Amino acid sequence: MAYSDKVLDHYENPRNVGAFDAEDQDVGTGMVGAPACGDVMKLQIKVNDAGFIEDAKFKTYGCGSAIASSSLVTEMLKGKTLDQALDIKNTHIAEELALPPVKIHCSVLAEDAIRAAISDYRSKNMTEADGYNACKSAA
Amino acid sequence: MTDLPIYLDYSATTPVDLRVANKMFPYLTEVYGNPASRSHAYGWNAEAAVDLAREQVASLVNCDPKEIVWTSGATESNNLAIKGAAHFYAANGKHLITIKTEHKAVLDTVRELEREGFTATYLSPLENGLVDIEVFKAAIQPDTIVVSVMLVNNEIGVIQDIITIGNICREKGIIFHVDAAQATGKVEIDLEKLPVDLMSFSAHKTYGPKGIGALYVCRKPRIRLEAQMHGGGHERGFRSGTLPVHQIVGMGEAFSIAKAEMAEENARIRILRDKLWAGLSTVEEAYLNGDLAQRVPHNLNVSFNYVEGESLMMAVKGIAVSSGSACTSSSLEPSYVLRAIGREDELAHSSIRFSIGRYTTEADIDYAIDLIKNKVGQLRDLSPLWDMFKAGIDIASVSWVHGTESHREPEAVVA
Ligand SMILES: Cc1ncc(COP(=O)(O)O)c(C=O)c1O
Ligand code: FES
Repeated sequence: MAYSDKVLDHYENPRNVGAFDAEDQDVGTGMVGAPACGDVMKLQIKVNDAGFIEDAKFKTYGCGSAIASSSLVTEMLKGKTLDQALDIKNTHIAEELALPPVKIHCSVLAEDAIRAAISDYRSKNMTEADGYNACKSAA
Repeated sequence: MTDLPIYLDYSATTPVDLRVANKMFPYLTEVYGNPASRSHAYGWNAEAAVDLAREQVASLVNCDPKEIVWTSGATESNNLAIKGAAHFYAANGKHLITIKTEHKAVLDTVRELEREGFTATYLSPLENGLVDIEVFKAAIQPDTIVVSVMLVNNEIGVIQDIITIGNICREKGIIFHVDAAQATGKVEIDLEKLPVDLMSFSAHKTYGPKGIGALYVCRKPRIRLEAQMHGGGHERGFRSGTLPVHQIVGMGEAFSIAKAEMAEENARIRILRDKLWAGLSTVEEAYLNGDLAQRVPHNLNVSFNYVEGESLMMAVKGIAVSSGSACTSSSLEPSYVLRAIGREDELAHSSIRFSIGRYTTEADIDYAIDLIKNKVGQLRDLSPLWDMFKAGIDIASVSWVHGTESHREPEAVVA
């Protein structure tokens, strides 16, 4: 399998590997995939008082494209609001990394991880406005 | 050539030994006659070379040279043996038995016969990869006509007990075929004593050229086959086609070297393999696939838990190894051989087959051990499953969100 230079770069020098304490109030954690499918992605966001994602970390069990997708996503997330983050689509990730068709699902997984992390954060921090948003995005 | 990885994939194929290549060369340019030409020296010389090679091949496996039929490789030998016997003896019965860990050249041949109306049993091996003799006995039916069991497995290197299986077949009058593509030069084969009717060989797994193989067809008892390739009636009608003399000469020379050097070579390779396993078995959560004792010294197949197979292969680009068999490594499916011995998908996915050969050095093994330890460590630092394992969480007990979101149809991407 030939990988693009961007995939290789993220794979060889993954950005923002690590974990936050999932119990912290300002942290949202998303874990998606399943070991039996060959891919598990754990994505965490740290959200500041102004509602911006100030930091993101990941750990991924999966192929090179899955590792690269999650590494890329941690970079894309920083500085975004939750609503802006929800606009990141798997197509953006796949295009940026030039993923071949058989690897598109790796980028889908990364998009799912973003959604899972945000919904975890929102369910922990149910202010009125956020609660409304969370319901809307779940619908 | 300098940045090529270190070759540890001798079970996929081997380089042609230089001594073999040198023997082959004149048969392309000088002794180029057709061995079937009876009327001139070009033909006679070519025929003499073929006869010598036939003796060399027969000598490695201790059979009569008349029992050797040239083919294009073990794939063709397996097809000729299994289809040829099933078709010829179809009046005696319709049932075949093989094992789930056979090479695709056997499994797909049996599948094809099923499409033609034959029936088949695919036995599950024990967890160590070996056939359970009781299970085998129980699978035999009154109309079983052919049994096919490999001698050495290409993925996990285990050696099947073909003496016991063959004796049972002889007792019941069932034709017994053995795929020995991975066995020549690695284990002793004495066909005079072995209760085997048909045996497949390939040159390129034993330092000969690709595209040439042979099928042993037992004469006592006499085994009949329906030809699969029709034409000029070469090879006593078993397999028509002008003989590729240079390839045959190469196979003969390769097998003759194997006979002369295998004892010494296997002792040396065993030391290297044991060193490799001594190094890799210190890695936490590393599992050997297949029996260690009943196994050729050339093979080591190890699964590394909590790292994913494809990223592992990407990480170990400094060594040329296989995950699963070379024929299937382009698909994302975990190895069917590892599944058949009961390995769960995660472990099957993260397996590496190391196969050691004639030109492997101790430095190669040291390099491989360092590389694997290093990269497995790095990938585990990246792995959420490794964290969970370290935190004492039972991964099987977690309810994973899968089969839903992440496996929905992705949005199309414009390339
Ligand atoms: C056990 C076994 N059988 C058959 C084959 C096919 O041999 P060939 O490449 O000579 O057709 C192989 C090689 O991949 C093998 O390992
Ligand atoms: S995560 Fe499954 S192939 Fe990439």
